[in-house]
Amino acid sequence: MSLDLQSRAESLGQSLPPLLAEAELLAATVMMGEHGRKRAGQGDEFWQYRPVNAGDSARLIDWRRSARGDAHFVREREWQAAQSVTLWVDPARSMTFSGDTSRPPKADRATLLALATAVLLLRAGERVGLAGDAAPPRPGRAQIVKLAAILSGAEDAGEYGAPTATGMVSHGRALFLSDFLGDLAPVEAALIAAADRGVRGALVQVLDPAEEEFPFSGRTIFESMGGGMRHETQQAGDLRARYLARLAERKDRLAALGRAVGWHVTTHHSGQPAQAALLWIFTALQGGR
Amino acid sequence: MFMLGPIGFATPLLLLGLIALPVLWFLLRAVPPAPIRRRFPGVALLLGLRDDEAEADKTPWWLLLLRMAAVAAAIIAFAGPVLNPVERQAGNGPLLIAMDATWADARDWQRRLDRAAALLDEAGRDGRPVAVIRLTDAPQQVTFQAADAAATRLGGIAPQPWAPRDLMAWAENLPEDGFDTFWLSDGLDHPGRADLMAALSAKGTVTVFESPRPIFALHPASFGDGAIQLSASRLPAADPISVEISARGPDPSGVERELARLPLDFGLGEARVEAALSLPPELRNRITRFEIAGLRSAGAVSLTDDSLKRRKVALIGGGADREGLQLLSPLHYLRQALEPVADLMEGSLTDLLLASPDVVILADVARLSQSDTDALLDWLDDGGLLLRFAGPQMAASDVSRTAEDPLMPVRLREGGRQVGGAMSWGEPKALAPFPEGSPFHGLPLPEDVSVTAQVLAQPDPELASRTIAALADGTPLVTRKEVGQGQVVLVHVTANAEWSTLPLSGLFMSMLERLAVSTRPVAPEAADLAGQIWVPEVVLDAYGQPQDAGDLPGQPGEALASAMVAGPGPDQPPGLYAGSDRRVALNVIGAETTLAAASWPQGTVIEGLDAPPEQALKGAFLSAGLVMLLIDILAALWVSGRLGGLARASVLLVALLLLPPPAQAQQSAPDDTRALEATTGLVLAHVLTGDTALDDTAARGLTGLGEVLWARTSIEPDPPIGVNIETDELSFFPFLYWPVSTAQPLPSAQAYSKLNDYLRTGGMILFDTRDADLSGGTSAEGQHLQRLAAGLNIPPLEQIPADHVLTRTFYLLQDFPGRHARGPVWVEAAPPDAEQVEGMPFRNLNDGVTPVVIGGNDWASAWAVNANGAPALPVGRGFAGERQREMAYRFGVNLIMHVLTGNYKSDQVHVPALLDRLGQ
Repeated sequence: MSLDLQSRAESLGQSLPPLLAEAELLAATVMMGEHGRKRAGQGDEFWQYRPVNAGDSARLIDWRRSARGDAHFVREREWQAAQSVTLWVDPARSMTFSGDTSRPPKADRATLLALATAVLLLRAGERVGLAGDAAPPRPGRAQIVKLAAILSGAEDAGEYGAPTATGMVSHGRALFLSDFLGDLAPVEAALIAAADRGVRGALVQVLDPAEEEFPFSGRTIFESMGGGMRHETQQAGDLRARYLARLAERKDRLAALGRAVGWHVTTHHSGQPAQAALLWIFTALQGGR
Repeated sequence: MFMLGPIGFATPLLLLGLIALPVLWFLLRAVPPAPIRRRFPGVALLLGLRDDEAEADKTPWWLLLLRMAAVAAAIIAFAGPVLNPVERQAGNGPLLIAMDATWADARDWQRRLDRAAALLDEAGRDGRPVAVIRLTDAPQQVTFQAADAAATRLGGIAPQPWAPRDLMAWAENLPEDGFDTFWLSDGLDHPGRADLMAALSAKGTVTVFESPRPIFALHPASFGDGAIQLSASRLPAADPISVEISARGPDPSGVERELARLPLDFGLGEARVEAALSLPPELRNRITRFEIAGLRSAGAVSLTDDSLKRRKVALIGGGADREGLQLLSPLHYLRQALEPVADLMEGSLTDLLLASPDVVILADVARLSQSDTDALLDWLDDGGLLLRFAGPQMAASDVSRTAEDPLMPVRLREGGRQVGGAMSWGEPKALAPFPEGSPFHGLPLPEDVSVTAQVLAQPDPELASRTIAALADGTPLVTRKEVGQGQVVLVHVTANAEWSTLPLSGLFMSMLERLAVSTRPVAPEAADLAGQIWVPEVVLDAYGQPQDAGDLPGQPGEALASAMVAGPGPDQPPGLYAGSDRRVALNVIGAETTLAAASWPQGTVIEGLDAPPEQALKGAFLSAGLVMLLIDILAALWVSGRLGGLARASVLLVALLLLPPPAQAQQSAPDDTRALEATTGLVLAHVLTGDTALDDTAARGLTGLGEVLWARTSIEPDPPIGVNIETDELSFFPFLYWPVSTAQPLPSAQAYSKLNDYLRTGGMILFDTRDADLSGGTSAEGQHLQRLAAGLNIPPLEQIPADHVLTRTFYLLQDFPGRHARGPVWVEAAPPDAEQVEGMPFRNLNDGVTPVVIGGNDWASAWAVNANGAPALPVGRGFAGERQREMAYRFGVNLIMHVLTGNYKSDQVHVPALLDRLGQ
């Protein structure tokens, strides 16, 4: 047992720095300044002086400014409220699929995106955590290492993953990364639960190009990654059109779900560069549009 | 053997296996291709989808067809298919191999011999007695003997340059017992063939063997309309074809060359075509033979005799022209007689002698100036014929009166005589029969020839010997005297009808002919030939090659005359026969000969020489089946979807590689690459002979020589190249090695002109007959070399002299061994004025490189190395052999040095002179 733990720790130690380095590298491509809230609030930066209203405590008065005149002024700072962002990366077996040896498994891409997002957010002072109880949102660089350790160590025996709304901070943000090929009912439940708490966020469907194109023909037995499901066909090529139709239908449903709860939905292919997806995630999480 | 079209089967029963194919169809149909297991997360989306086609689990029909074809190919292959199977000669009785062996067989004689040898082999295996007969021989009793004994004699059987004469007599000489016959026919109809065929058929089965190649025959040339009329026939008269007729004869230096060439185009279905060849008389008179270029057959050769030669005759008349008295002109009858048969020239004697006429006729010219006399005497010394006619002026003059004039054969008495006139006694004199030894001997005497006047000869001691025709009373009518190589002939009457009726008679023409003043335009009549013995000078063999007649007996004129009509025979072989004063050509093909195809009775088995060879197809079928199975593997992979994109690309690539490359790439690009190969470095080249083993040896030999050159000298040749002299450019190569093989056909006219250009512009060819020249040029290769080189401009040759520059261009050599040690080597002869300088070991020889080196030492075999660079062929024995190989390499080095540096080493002859000059 301890041997197993040790080997896993070692493999983690080996994989973590490169993963982190990659995520940092990716995050570095998205330059961001101080993202003030363009309104007065708690923060470090000066925002404006305003006359003292009734109810302001004397502690708030900026005496240096007030001494120059008769009126009393309060020094307001720009509001730099930190958001709590909850990440969920699908840990299921289906994410380990890669249609081609030249492409990383979908899970790799999803983890990378999640970590890069975390790096960006943490650097901006936000709090980042994972859905569930493992890692509640916290600020600071130390959180990255923790997130990375958990994400790369996560192994779920399930064929398809289901997100959970536990651990989400009310009115926070959330990011779900999955292939969404399994049953959509848990996804829907989690989204509704999140919406109930005022959480908004983004769904990123990470697909392999092979899943998008279905480049198979001939007599084939298809098995799920865990081997739990199988489907046998004589002419795989004949199924392509119907498969693609079903895939499109699923995407539509996902998009409809997103619209219903005000989440952003996109599809990312592991054959494409991760940078575009990261930019999209970042803007989506900033709450624009 | 079971036959299906042209394909026979050795074990046809195996073909029954094809019946099992439908069963196989159902078996194969039922087995679907095995599925692939694939991990795929999208399977969740697939659940519940049904396949459209319920039959998709069956093998596709085309794959089934492929597999069936593969199995069928295997079944057919094991049934032993044979394309064009040769029917084995059945029977065990004696076998008679009858060969026509005429001139028409000569062109593919070797193949006929091969066929006969195959028959003999077969008969030997079956233990059948065999007789081989040549139908052109005199009929003799046919006796059968053991096949191997007959086989030893087979190589010595050669075709004859005549047609079989007496086929019926052969029929009578056949043995009593039954036997089978294999008749190697020449394809021509010969008298009595049908009878002999009937006689042979009565004894047993007869198989006839005929070559489908056309037969060409060249008819004798004749002279008409100012040009030589040539005609050629062919059999069968089918597709249009063009042949070239080559006129050959000695050039001014006496070497036989091609003097002219004339194309003859046979149209569609034309059996005989004619064409005219116009040549200047000088050239025309040199022609000794016409031949159809490239054909080796006596029928394609026509020897010319005197009938084609037209002499240049200078006519000079005495006295002023009397206008309006044409018939009295002394030259009128001569003109009439000679116009059709000779080239006449008239003018002043001085001008005419410049044109070097063969004959000068002086009609009643008495006196000549001293300079004319001297010029005539010089001309006579060189072999001219001066023919003089008497006349009033000569009778009145005192020419040759007291002393014999050098231009007169006899002294003349004053005044001449008149007989049978109004003022004289006696009747006009008739001619006496021509005596033996006279050129006129044998000419018939017409009764109406009479002489009324003549000049009389003085009775001198030589008069009797100089008289070649006399009157009935014995007075000389024609006298003759030798002067140098020429002769002077005096006719004692006029050339017109004034003194005698001789010019009016046909005898006059005959006498002019006999004096070789004129030549006959047509073939000689039997009467012309009769009464003389005709000695063969040159005879033709069946291949049309001239042979020295040796001591063949002379033929009486009557026999020759009959041979002229019936064609040549064993006693009168075709050739050139010399009589007393003229030569007559007896050719295989007469002017009227027509080629008639042999017709065989219905049902005769006729085999062609070009019968497609037997070819076993088992291997082809098996490999086809194997290839189909390989395709099946790929197809099965493809059907089951296991053939990835990469594999598909590689399959496509392999298929492209298997496809023959486009023809264009083979034609245009290699020209340049070849030219680059040949010119980027020094390349030694050898002529491709068509004999693969020989070409291979030549290439290896030049490789070995190249390596030696590279190691020892500054010559660094690239790998050698084989050159096809018909198609390849020769000017890239300074040196060509040409091993002579009888398998190589004669080059075309274009190739010859290319080769001549090559030799003229500094190329060198090393001819190697590879026979050690033991037989002195009479070996098969030696003879083939003579035929090959006949069309080349090769200068006079000599055996390599001890001081030739080849002996010292790099190594000092005295002999030039190859695989054979002692054969002589021939090079261009040194000029006759080469002289030895005092104190120098060699003569001051010619500039330039010898264009050819000819020998038979098989150098390439001595030079040849294998892939490892070790000698490929043994030379001699032990150390002496290695020494000989070393010498062979040294010869090669010297030769290439000679090719590249010319006579540089000969320039040392000038060293003393140069040193002298420097010293001053």
